[in-house]
Amino acid sequence: MATPLVVETPVIRRQTQAGDIVARWVVTVFAASILFVTALLVYQLWTGSAPSRLKSGFGFLTSTQWNPVTEEFGALPFIYGTVLTSVLALLISVPLGLGAAIYLAELAPARLSDALTFLVELLAAIPSVIYGVLAIFAVVPLMRSHVEPFLKSSLGFLPLFKGPSLGVGFLTAGVVLSIMTVPYIVSVSRESLLAVPREQREAALALGATRWEMVWQVVVPYAKLGIFGSIFLSLARALGETMAVTMVIGNDPKIRASLLAPGYSIAAVIANEFSEATGATYQAALVELGLILFVLTIIINAVARLMIAATTRKGSKRS
Amino acid sequence: MSTVPDYAPESKTAQDRKGAPLPTPTPAPGPKLRATNVNFFYGTFQALYDISLDMQEHLVTALIGPSGCGKSTFLRNLNRINDTVRNSRMEGKILLDNEDVREVDVTNLRRRVGMVFQRPNPFPKSIFENIAYGLKINGMAKRSEMRDKVERSLRRAALWDEVKDKLHESAYALSGGQQQRLCIARALAVNPEVLLLDEPCSALDPVSTAKIEELMLQLRSSCTVAIVTHNMQQAARVSDVTAFLLEGKLIECRPTAQLFTNPADPRTEAYITGRFG
Repeated sequence: MATPLVVETPVIRRQTQAGDIVARWVVTVFAASILFVTALLVYQLWTGSAPSRLKSGFGFLTSTQWNPVTEEFGALPFIYGTVLTSVLALLISVPLGLGAAIYLAELAPARLSDALTFLVELLAAIPSVIYGVLAIFAVVPLMRSHVEPFLKSSLGFLPLFKGPSLGVGFLTAGVVLSIMTVPYIVSVSRESLLAVPREQREAALALGATRWEMVWQVVVPYAKLGIFGSIFLSLARALGETMAVTMVIGNDPKIRASLLAPGYSIAAVIANEFSEATGATYQAALVELGLILFVLTIIINAVARLMIAATTRKGSKRS
Repeated sequence: MSTVPDYAPESKTAQDRKGAPLPTPTPAPGPKLRATNVNFFYGTFQALYDISLDMQEHLVTALIGPSGCGKSTFLRNLNRINDTVRNSRMEGKILLDNEDVREVDVTNLRRRVGMVFQRPNPFPKSIFENIAYGLKINGMAKRSEMRDKVERSLRRAALWDEVKDKLHESAYALSGGQQQRLCIARALAVNPEVLLLDEPCSALDPVSTAKIEELMLQLRSSCTVAIVTHNMQQAARVSDVTAFLLEGKLIECRPTAQLFTNPADPRTEAYITGRFG
């Protein structure tokens, strides 16, 4: 009985093994290429920024002066602008996006939900320069003649809302970024809400929960990992967004408390000035800004992961 | 177990979520639950045909029948959880204490008619929070009373001794059988008058099953119990009355001992002797 098996097995095994080995190497190389690209990126940013790093040292991070003519380079106004506009964007887009996702996943009739989801996914695919144009022609005038005067008249006692209504500035950039990030939050959050098992919903309803109690206290917490994911995806997009921000932020490298004031962001200054950066230090300073943006993204992602780990550790392990 | 005196007075003093006192369970002349000519449709598919069935207070009623016979569907109409199924429709009447379930507030109905599902479905929260949830949404306990009530529910579900030292750990850390008893405790926490169990042991090992069966016999003293089961031995062990369903129709409903020893309908006999289903 056993003999024919012994004869046959090696033949089959050799064929499978050859295929397996090739496949294994191919996918390993593909995976390694990701690592290679990342390493190359870090290397380029590091060596490209060397002249600037050697000249300014850590002062680069804390200096607020940006004057290419006198070769004074400080990154703080750009870091400030990048972080501030991204935070503003999330403050607007998280409630808006989560609310829309809840409506689409839980409350809307199926047909309406499908149609709206299609539109939302379309919005996510629009190139950012289009959003920039929309911003210049629609958002900026709206901000200048309605939103900003209103904020000044109602909340003008706060330093956040002082100064002239220019239409361009941190707030406008934040609003435009929020418009651009909402589709990500809606789309990914909706998917996670729909993935919550029916048993969870029924468990809540069977205890006498109303529909909203079920959604808010059971479905949303169950889907929170996916919702966090959508928020961080949006944050990553907001931090790195270049075109639309460049068009509405005002492009003025100053740190100002007022959200109505013009500012600048890292991505915007690199895009605006790289082609005309003369002199090794100037170019290196821009590369170093790129390095900072890269590190900023890594830090935010790491914090996000830690936050997710912390909130899921207690009482909510998925088996 | 002296569970009755502990719980019976509580339901009378409990307030419902709107703050009005709950209607005191009047000693109704009729059965606890009465279904009259119930038809049920999923879209165009008719799942139940003209079912009329009474469930008496403090008795365990078992619903048996082959897969797809409509026993779960029937059960899920009793607390209107089937309302959430798209394109579904029910005809006929279901009365709880002589009140049409479609005319009472649905959240209050579901508070009074608890349900345990086929697969254990604890929330991704701690053991404590799982039980406390129902109490919170129904406004049934102050913070200071919460711990007591959680403990009592866990004791009623015979789970307290196994979890008392890890109340704040995740419910997912429990075994399947413990999770199912947690779900029973969660349902019991809000003092339901009726408890519906939809194949509660189908995902469990024999030891856990035995524990849950023992529990059902105890629960009879404080609630009316309806259980859907595939397992005829289980129906014979735990129920007072058994209803046999086939292809969406109620074939017969009689005291369990009679149904299993002396079925009136040849189809019932064929099923319980294992000739089909």
